[in-house]
Amino acid sequence: MRQIRYLKAVSEALNQEMEKDPNVLVIGEDVRKSARGITIGFVDKFGPDRVIDTPISEQGLHEVAIGAAMMGYRPVIEYQISEFIFFAFDQLVDQAQKFHYLSGGRVKVPITVLVPASGAIGATSGQHSDHAYPYVMHGGMKVVIPSTPYDAKGLLISAIRDNDPVVVFLPEFLMAGKGDVPEEHYTIPLGVGEVKNPGSDITVVATGHLVPVAVKVAKEYEKEGLSIEVIDPRTLLPLDTGMIKKSANKTGRVAIIDDSNRTCGFAAEVSAILAEECFENLKKPVIRITRADVPVPFSPPMEKYMLPNEAKLRNAIKKLI
Amino acid sequence: MPEKIDKNTLLSMYKNLKLTRRFDEVTIDLMNSGEIPGPLHPSIGMEAIGVGLGTAMVDGDFICATHRTLSAQITRGAQIKYILAEFMGRVDGYMSGKGGSMHISGGLDKGMFSIDSVVGSRAGFGTGIALALKLSKKNNIVVAGYGDGGANQGVVHETMNMAAIWNLPILYFIDNNQYAATTSVKYSSKIENLSQRASAYGFLGETVDGMDVMTVYNTAKKAIDKIRAGGGPHLIEFIAYRYRGHWSGEELQTYIKYRSKDEIALWKLKDPLLTFPKELTATYGCTQTELQAIDKEVEDIMQEAVEFARNSKFPEPEEALKGMYASPYLQIPHKGWID
Repeated sequence: MRQIRYLKAVSEALNQEMEKDPNVLVIGEDVRKSARGITIGFVDKFGPDRVIDTPISEQGLHEVAIGAAMMGYRPVIEYQISEFIFFAFDQLVDQAQKFHYLSGGRVKVPITVLVPASGAIGATSGQHSDHAYPYVMHGGMKVVIPSTPYDAKGLLISAIRDNDPVVVFLPEFLMAGKGDVPEEHYTIPLGVGEVKNPGSDITVVATGHLVPVAVKVAKEYEKEGLSIEVIDPRTLLPLDTGMIKKSANKTGRVAIIDDSNRTCGFAAEVSAILAEECFENLKKPVIRITRADVPVPFSPPMEKYMLPNEAKLRNAIKKLI
Repeated sequence: MPEKIDKNTLLSMYKNLKLTRRFDEVTIDLMNSGEIPGPLHPSIGMEAIGVGLGTAMVDGDFICATHRTLSAQITRGAQIKYILAEFMGRVDGYMSGKGGSMHISGGLDKGMFSIDSVVGSRAGFGTGIALALKLSKKNNIVVAGYGDGGANQGVVHETMNMAAIWNLPILYFIDNNQYAATTSVKYSSKIENLSQRASAYGFLGETVDGMDVMTVYNTAKKAIDKIRAGGGPHLIEFIAYRYRGHWSGEELQTYIKYRSKDEIALWKLKDPLLTFPKELTATYGCTQTELQAIDKEVEDIMQEAVEFARNSKFPEPEEALKGMYASPYLQIPHKGWID
């Protein structure tokens, strides 16, 4: 199979959807010149009407996308910085996500929000390093975080075709990685996780760029005779709770490793589900490995210290044995 | 020169003014008697703005009305009985009881997108609707509003700027009733007219009397014709006044004082339902009999609507969990408890 980079898989998914459906648009800052490398050549191919540069007006560009979406377009908003999500919180959570419900099902807002290079990317400090998905999940927004180039293409196509707002996080640490990706169209349904490494002793639920980290750790422990099952939910909302519960009931020992904040975070949600629904089968308390609840600091030793990583996962696994 | 306007149109303008006024009065009564849950934001005194705008629009145009221009939705064909059913939280309401008075869109199929209660945002996504109209090469326009309060929200500036650079078919309007809740526009803005701000984006803005329905209509019609011909965005500020408080319970907050009885009384002299009937008979040849027939029709519509809404069912409580997603998934939404 052809191997391409994660970034290229994202670009290809968007390109193919724009070829297929004339209602798909890209809206963002510097998308015509493609500052992020996703839309290279798009403006020549699809024209300026479908590849729309906006002024630095994040709230406004979300409003414009919402209005166009209500009219039947499928705007894909591309972020330059993952923090745009905070600027447009009202537009995302209070408008885009609520209009379908508040209209008694009459209005659809099929926007896709692409968050390239999300997360802490190394010395970019507090306002360029967040993985703010718990905020929007709290408001009921669908959230996708693909961990492989294959998943990125299939999930992005599903996100664009979904009739609701969907936020797609593309972690920086995965952007350059290569993997098998078919050239043709394919979709991966939202809400379906994948077992990235089968195992029977311990369950590790990992998200985004921490999935390959968890798989690496699992492979290493395999040599020591410890069988670790790595589950990649791929979609954080809707969440494949069935897959997570099945694995937890089997192993009774669960760690969740997630690169967002701890309080009311994604790992907290999974942990609560397990406490409520799998308590009798748990042999040890569920362990969360998350960011510390502080902004990402600039200086590399501090940044490294507060983020979830391989060593912290190993530590958790030792506690679960 | 004002547009030539036929008598039927004039009479329906009167009807829509009266209908909006009576709707506000009746809903205040229904709220006081406990039949309407939640607060109301009556537009009494400001009906001319929406009626004039709505009359200047054609089928296929879009209206993103404010909470004080329900009259625009009524003029564009929103039916009182479905609006009232929504205000009363019934299944037959325009939003199936999910939106209530603050999210009322009186017929999305008729181009009414007034679903938002965030004061500047109708101009925001209204700009997106205008972008969609331009992309799909439709010859229709958007009319999108905000108040003197919403005028100071950032999103209004961001999207008016985008409408300008993309030359979008949109008429922005400000229904300036001079108070954002209790805050005077003289306090919140240093410029004389909020319409001056249009020049910052490179299109025209004008300020006109918003109590006079013919002025509203004529100004809007001229602007809409220009926009439809490809002239790009335009801003009209309508100066008007609401006689009631910002919300239906404000009169009970007796400690709140921000305008004098004299001021209110002075503005009531410009009441569109006082001045327009006189104009209709004196200038346009309408008769008292014709106006009385409309008054009767309006009362009949209101009576029928109250009856309809009272007979409409409340939604089943479990409906609260339905309709969250247009592409549904089994796992969501979460219920919040275990039975």
